[in-house]
Amino acid sequence: MTTLTRQTLSHLDWLEAEAIHIMREVAGQCERPVLLFSGGKDSICMLRIAEKAFRPGKFPFPLMHIDTGHNYKEVVEFRDKRAAELGERLIVRSVEDSMKRGTVVLKHEGESRNKHQSVTLLEAIEEFGFDACIGGARRDEEKARAKERIMSFRDEFGQWDPKNQRPELWNLYNARVHKGENIRAFPISNWTEMDVWQYIEREGLELPSIYFAHQRNIVMRGGAIFPVNVPLATGEIINQPKADEEIVNMQVRFRTVGDITCTAPVPSDADNVAKIVLETATTTITERGATRLDDQTSEASMEQRKKEGYF
Amino acid sequence: MNAPIHLQDNGLLRFMTCGSVDDGKSTLIGRLLFDTKTILEDTLTQIERTSKKRGMEAVDLSLLTDGLQAEREQGITIDVAYRYFSTGTRKYIIADAPGHEQYTRNMVTAASTANLAIILIDARKGVLTQTRRHSFLAHLVGIPHILVAVNKMDLVDYDQATFDRIRADYLAFAEQIGLQRQGHDIRFIPMSALNGDMIVDRGEDMDWYTGPTLLEILEAAPAAHTEKAENFRFPVQYVCRPQDSANPELHDFRGFMGRVESGEIAVGDEVTVLPSGRSSKVKAIQLGSDKLDRAIHEQSVTILLQDEIDISRGDMIVKSSEAKEPVKQIDAMLCWLSETPLSPARTYIIRHTSRESKAKIGAIEYRVDVNTLEQQPVQGLGMNDIAKISFRLAQPLCVDRYADNRATGAFIVIDESTNNTVAAGMID
Repeated sequence: MTTLTRQTLSHLDWLEAEAIHIMREVAGQCERPVLLFSGGKDSICMLRIAEKAFRPGKFPFPLMHIDTGHNYKEVVEFRDKRAAELGERLIVRSVEDSMKRGTVVLKHEGESRNKHQSVTLLEAIEEFGFDACIGGARRDEEKARAKERIMSFRDEFGQWDPKNQRPELWNLYNARVHKGENIRAFPISNWTEMDVWQYIEREGLELPSIYFAHQRNIVMRGGAIFPVNVPLATGEIINQPKADEEIVNMQVRFRTVGDITCTAPVPSDADNVAKIVLETATTTITERGATRLDDQTSEASMEQRKKEGYF
Repeated sequence: MNAPIHLQDNGLLRFMTCGSVDDGKSTLIGRLLFDTKTILEDTLTQIERTSKKRGMEAVDLSLLTDGLQAEREQGITIDVAYRYFSTGTRKYIIADAPGHEQYTRNMVTAASTANLAIILIDARKGVLTQTRRHSFLAHLVGIPHILVAVNKMDLVDYDQATFDRIRADYLAFAEQIGLQRQGHDIRFIPMSALNGDMIVDRGEDMDWYTGPTLLEILEAAPAAHTEKAENFRFPVQYVCRPQDSANPELHDFRGFMGRVESGEIAVGDEVTVLPSGRSSKVKAIQLGSDKLDRAIHEQSVTILLQDEIDISRGDMIVKSSEAKEPVKQIDAMLCWLSETPLSPARTYIIRHTSRESKAKIGAIEYRVDVNTLEQQPVQGLGMNDIAKISFRLAQPLCVDRYADNRATGAFIVIDESTNNTVAAGMID
């Protein structure tokens, strides 16, 4: 097969080429990188980029998921299936284990485990001696990310100091660290939600089913759609409705898949990628505004979590 | 097959905005995002709420670019922020840099990846010291397209004479620093970011201006690397040798992975590997499972050669006809970025493409005052200083002049004790 390239790269080709370049820099500069793979759409794009960056070789890093134990089973199954298809090693570390060790203590039983992923991530970084974590965060997601570097420096406590980030010029990345410190590398920093969907469409990437329109029992809670009675892979049912809440069966899809207790779906009849691209082009609500219950607490909440070691 | 050809995809343009809040820079960016429908309802509701809280009548579009908590508290921008919008035919990345003098390093950072700079001038104030500083820095970092935006035309009654006078002043200054002589393309546009005149829509008050709107200029601006023929430069980032694979066909596979920093390459081309100087021919070019017959600038690919040559990360593949002698001494314009001053006796690390070398300072020829452009003798360098300097290198580097090639003419300086990036250099 021979493909003719044009004089200028299309915007998707350019973004892909940049992301490949960043991944190869991490592989070239760091001794023990790891790629964070959750089974979500952004990290699914990252795996395709890693294939284009390193095949026919194996990836020069394992995949890792920090599992809150509250993930949709469709996503967890997809995560395992995709890693197996690629023949790459998948490490799973769970917030529940950190809870057992006593390093994560919930304020109350119902508290979302999402922000506690930071603790488990830092424990895993220490366990394996990772000096770089490659993640799928994007600058368009949230204000505190707009100034994030592509290679972001974290001290030995995993902390992000917005005032002490390395200047980043041209495409010359500095991933040097001392022992114990690490780099968070974001190859798709310059992508938007729309770019991600266009890339999924172009590459024909498979996704967990809950990204597409489906019927689901929900209640309205705090102005957002809240999925209820969600079965976990273990058989446990979480997100119980409160006594006074009315359960409605609604057609929805997820724009982002995270911890079940803090990720809300949106009403949608988009049952394929082309329809989602169209919906993304015409939506009036931002990705996080619509779907992340944990970011609404305060205007600065992402910035706060990042300082504490969150991705 | 590779991707379907997207009709009307004009790729991607990276540009930067220079100016201070007073010039209406944040308002301009807010206006661009708003008028291209990039701002969604919940974000708008949020800034409406904040505008009211701060006692403002109309929605303050500049709040859209408010960044970190610390910055909101101080009401200033202290770091480069990146914003995105798309017109459907082109994707844009805006590097939004603060304009104050103490932020020279941020401007240089933002400029390093930009192909166009919008230099904002307040129509009431005309060409100021900061305008000269911004223009000099844009010129220093080699941004080929300069768009001088005379903003706040609504506050001078949309007066054409004011616009013409500012244009004449600017051109006189541009002549002085050799902007046009050195191939920069300079354009002027009158606008009111507040009212949205000449940004996306033309508005009704400046019929005397018949040129394109800001967005029309952005839509037509050439992307990086497309304007002049450049030499092929391919720094090797990673070598792929999957010998342990179960597939015997891959036993001899040696793929050289990298990004075409400039120029282009085709299967069959004769290449030389630097610094070793060994030559071979391109056997294949791959991108994922696709086989390409050629690769162009900014494309990340894997190159296979006909002969077995020892190549590792940090080497550079070039066309044999365009090969250059590697050097162990460089002269450069350097922008010092770190709060810790340069220590002339110390050894630093220079990172150039995918290669690193230890480096010692030779001589500091002069420092440039970014406001007066005066060259001054100087002993050391502090944050935001720009100076002409020479380095002696432990390892040979395959460099081009920055004026000829923004990828292979650029380097960063790293302090080994902290691992911080302390300076940015442009090779002379």
